[in-house]
Amino acid sequence: MHDLTPTPALGYEAQTIGTVTITENSGVALASVAARTGHSDTCTAELTSLLGAAPRVGRAVLHDPEAGFWMGPDQWMIGAPMATHEDLADQLKARFGTAASITEQSGAWVVFDVTGDAMPDMCELLCNVAIRRMTAGDVQRTVIHQLGCFVIRRASDDHIRILGPRASAGTLHHALITAAKSIA
Amino acid sequence: MSVGSRTQKNRLSGGQIDRDTALTFTFDGKRYCGHGGDTLASALLANGVRLMGRSFKYHRPRGPLSAGSEEPNALVQLRSGARQEPNTRATTAELFDGLQARSQNRLGSLSCDLLAVNDRLSTFLTAGFYYKTFMWPKAFWERVYEPVIRRAAGLGSLSLSEDPDVYDKGFLHCDLLVIGAGPAGLMAALTAARSGANVILADEDFRMGGRLNAETLTIDDSPGADWAAATVAELAAMPNVRLMPRTTVIGAFDHGIYGAVERVSDHLTVPHPDKPRQILWRIYTQRTVLAAGAIERPIAFPNNDRPGIMTASALRTYANRYGVAVDRRAVVFTNNDDGHRTATDLHAKGITVTVVDVRPETPRALDYEVLAGAQVTDTMGRLGLTFAKLRLADGSDRIIECGALGVSGGWNPNLHLTCHHRGRPQWNARLAAFVPDIRPDSRPDSRPGGLPEGMFVAGAANGDFSTAAALEGGARAAWAALDLGGARPEIPQAEDRPVNLLPFWHVKGPGRAWLDQQNDVTVKDVTLSHQEGFTSVEHLKRYTTLGMATDQGKTANLGGLAIMAELAGKSIPEVGTTMFRPPYTPVAIGALGGRHRGQQFHPKRLTPSHAWAEEQGAVFVEVGNWLRAQWFPRVGETTWRDSVDREVLATRGSVGVCDVTTLGKVDVQGADAAEFLNRIYCNGFAKLPVGRTRYGLMLREDGIALDDGTAARLAEDHFVVTTTTANALPVYRHMEFVRQCLLPDMDVQLISTTEAWAQFAVAGPKARRVLEKIVDQDISNAAFPFMACANVTVCGGLRARLFRISFSGELAYEIAVPTAYGDALIRRIMEAGAEFAITPYGTEALGVMRIEKGHAAGNELNGTTTALTLGMERMVSTKKDSIGAVLSRREGLNDPDGLRQVGIRPLDPSAHLPAGAHLMARTGPVDAAHDQGYVTSACYSPTLGHHIALAFLKNGTNRLGETLRLVSPLTGVDLAVEVCSPHFVDPEGDRLRA
Amino acid sequence: MIIDHPLLGPRDSSEFTYMGDAALIDRPDPEAEDAAQAFYEYAYLRDNPAGWHRELWFHEAGDRSWLVVTRNTLTHEISKVELARDVARSRGRSR
Repeated sequence: MHDLTPTPALGYEAQTIGTVTITENSGVALASVAARTGHSDTCTAELTSLLGAAPRVGRAVLHDPEAGFWMGPDQWMIGAPMATHEDLADQLKARFGTAASITEQSGAWVVFDVTGDAMPDMCELLCNVAIRRMTAGDVQRTVIHQLGCFVIRRASDDHIRILGPRASAGTLHHALITAAKSIA
Repeated sequence: MSVGSRTQKNRLSGGQIDRDTALTFTFDGKRYCGHGGDTLASALLANGVRLMGRSFKYHRPRGPLSAGSEEPNALVQLRSGARQEPNTRATTAELFDGLQARSQNRLGSLSCDLLAVNDRLSTFLTAGFYYKTFMWPKAFWERVYEPVIRRAAGLGSLSLSEDPDVYDKGFLHCDLLVIGAGPAGLMAALTAARSGANVILADEDFRMGGRLNAETLTIDDSPGADWAAATVAELAAMPNVRLMPRTTVIGAFDHGIYGAVERVSDHLTVPHPDKPRQILWRIYTQRTVLAAGAIERPIAFPNNDRPGIMTASALRTYANRYGVAVDRRAVVFTNNDDGHRTATDLHAKGITVTVVDVRPETPRALDYEVLAGAQVTDTMGRLGLTFAKLRLADGSDRIIECGALGVSGGWNPNLHLTCHHRGRPQWNARLAAFVPDIRPDSRPDSRPGGLPEGMFVAGAANGDFSTAAALEGGARAAWAALDLGGARPEIPQAEDRPVNLLPFWHVKGPGRAWLDQQNDVTVKDVTLSHQEGFTSVEHLKRYTTLGMATDQGKTANLGGLAIMAELAGKSIPEVGTTMFRPPYTPVAIGALGGRHRGQQFHPKRLTPSHAWAEEQGAVFVEVGNWLRAQWFPRVGETTWRDSVDREVLATRGSVGVCDVTTLGKVDVQGADAAEFLNRIYCNGFAKLPVGRTRYGLMLREDGIALDDGTAARLAEDHFVVTTTTANALPVYRHMEFVRQCLLPDMDVQLISTTEAWAQFAVAGPKARRVLEKIVDQDISNAAFPFMACANVTVCGGLRARLFRISFSGELAYEIAVPTAYGDALIRRIMEAGAEFAITPYGTEALGVMRIEKGHAAGNELNGTTTALTLGMERMVSTKKDSIGAVLSRREGLNDPDGLRQVGIRPLDPSAHLPAGAHLMARTGPVDAAHDQGYVTSACYSPTLGHHIALAFLKNGTNRLGETLRLVSPLTGVDLAVEVCSPHFVDPEGDRLRA
Repeated sequence: MIIDHPLLGPRDSSEFTYMGDAALIDRPDPEAEDAAQAFYEYAYLRDNPAGWHRELWFHEAGDRSWLVVTRNTLTHEISKVELARDVARSRGRSR
């Protein structure tokens, strides 16, 4: 067992502004799965056995402990709790074999959970997603303050999860906070 | 008696103002009182102030011409200090308590403007006077003419301080956007909202209702304003409706995207520090109903620009909506029935009215005087109207005392947004106005023209001027836009009077008659430019400036066209119309910038070791959006060179460490991964064994170098490709292009992993000794030779990647761990290296070491460089196809006398070599024709003890040892230099392989 | 502008990066006799029509698909959007 301690992207406390709460979630392990040529069906089957269903275009399958969403043609992102799935990429490699290309993504992203009644108002100042038309499990890759992000509509009506580039976690957090203050 | 009304001598009863709220404000330092619901203009008029500004060119005294956003005259500066905002229309500025307003474009006081002398010089200041007058002497333009003109002919001034307010941008989505909340817009919104559609209703005014707030007419037996208020209340209660007052839709963009500026805080004394002053919205909509109303147009007559002269509907608006009499004695000058409506309303408010109607037959009035077939021929009053001179039907003159003169020349539909996709307004002779081009067949063969897709026009904006037609049109437009079935909505009852109008544009006679009051363009100017040959509308506009500046000629353009038509003996539609472009009204730069300013202009990207580097006191530099440590100063070091030299010597002498996370990383996997790399790199990769790394050069298809980096083969079907920091994104995009568009059936998958891994270069003779303490596997030279790569573990089991690659030319490794462990790893590396005095180095030392080693970087890959230039021509494989291979063999790129990379050292060891300096033959002229090449990168080499440089030199490979001149005429450099190998340090590469 | 992505539906053009003429898909045969001339024309001689144009757009802030967008450069009307990979296959770029 190694003795290095991971650091969160920011390590800030959850912050509530008006009705909106912004929380950094550093407990998500991520890995991408891309089907090898001719193996779409195998991947769909493996995703179904892992998540209960293969995520369709623009959708997530919100499942425990692993969840997943569609990233691009024949490509998905799988997430799971870091505590139990730090080796998610290796687990997936074992499962998919040569049917898919697996890439560890845990370090690439910072994850924010945004909850609260005014979450849709806040989203309208952040990004070009039709937030009020999204339903649970809808996912859209979009741009927030020039940063490429995934916006995932979670099961609860007032909850979205935002995945943004970890190196710019500070900029993204600042954008979230200023938007929350604008509409508070 | 309401509060503060004592000083408001022109305040009448009624109106939609809150008389219980007294708001105090200042204009040019003097205190006044107004009410909630006032604009600055209505409050000033209530206080008897008609003079609000000076004109642009002649410094003529001016007051408001309108009661809306079309205002050309009453431009003022609002607020003070950093919040000072010039060129704000007093007619739309919502009054708030403590508002400070100042007049602008004056020298001295507003009532005694010293620059009013321009008015006396008007003979010389005609159309095109700039082009004619300030021609000679040439040097005078910058030093004399321009500063003087700028002082004399300008509008407001900037505070030159940073804007203290914040602005937001946002995105809205709806089924139907309704622009304008007058009778047509309200009816459209109501119809759509009741059907369940998601509706946005935007109006530039702070009070929705449009003209209904300014009229005395009724809808279904209740006052129009009450109907409007009730309808707004009904809409406000519906969850599928978003009401956006104080919001100007500024433009119709492609495919149903509209821009809108919401003035969130402009009516507050001080905006909340966290809240935006304004929001620039991007509205995505399926369908749009444009119900923007119409603007009344003036008639030109001599001296028609005095304060107190305004459009008739403005007089009516001030009286009905704001309870303000501009003056107790008013004249209405009209060519249509609507002027009489103004007279009726003013009379009902107790104002003495005389109607001057150019038409021989006019409606009768029992209560006030109507002069049929008469004209206003002149006016008097130095700082405001006092008398109007009339010519009566029988040819006699009459002078009438008045302080208000309302002019009605007809109404122009507000069709600006219909033109934003090059729709051409159509002439309607009955209205004597341009109406929107709504013909369904106006876009044959997809030629530009017609309405923006999905737009419907209703009410006065469509030329339907009666209230009944507006209500009907609004409902019909929403009905059609949303393709609603079922029963037609019920339309409330309202007046449906026809438009009776005799086209009449200007009164002939001596004296200047203004067409465009904002730019001081008169009928005479248009006549003059016509005589000088400016017969096209677009030429006229630019020559006379008619229709330019903040109001874009909303009240002026048609008058100018009419005069042109008259002069040319053509009809108005034959002369044409100028086009309207966004924005509808001016937009503050702050709103366009939004949150992207100051530190937030770009996103910041921080490396995994950023916090640690800050602790070390690193100086950071922006590289792309990354902040990288540039050098790590230590106590006692006085210049950056001290630190950089130390870092280089320590690395070459023992060991150094540098965060190289910023290099782009692309994960390339799949059965065809090797073959894919073979295609994107000019050199071969198919035979690269697993566990080995290779330098690769990517070319563009034209044969020029695109980027360079390494590809490490971690498995038969798995490579990690690195790119330069700056090109990470374009290279990834290029790789996806090749994958999807050129080789669509290759089994290869790409994903960027730049930020997934924290990567550190550990370089120097002791690098292995340091990493042996961290890496769990054997990394001896035998087990892990130069250019090896492997998945390893560190510190007892953490997954990591190790590459034995070197940019510095030393024994070096790059080690990568998942980003979250980057901070822990750099601290561990520093601990492990303590016994070797491990030295963190920044981008400057990195740069020095790569120049010493002769490695190309961004300075060399400058978009003109080929493999041959870099001395890598043998890398371009002729045995396989790769991007750029064919065109790299072009004759022009293989000129034996072409540029080649060389090293340069000064003959005088103390001399400094500047990058960008040019190489010339030792003897002979120093000019572009004799240019031999140029320095791309230069630095002081602490290893060699003198400056060195990399350069591109004609036929350079064959000129080693030659002495040349290095010149930079701009900076006074002229040195003797010697051409040498670019590999200054360890040319044989022994250190790399140690 | 709005680009109707074949998989994701209508998306704002600001999410895309533009690269111009979709003729870039038709990369010449490097083995052909006239390869030098064909590549010269491929790299430099592209049409710039006032009217209908097939263009390459990269959904950079989206699913990373290259698209072929048929767009009228005069009116910005978009009549067709295809995945470039499908176009490439239909143009015979499969191995």
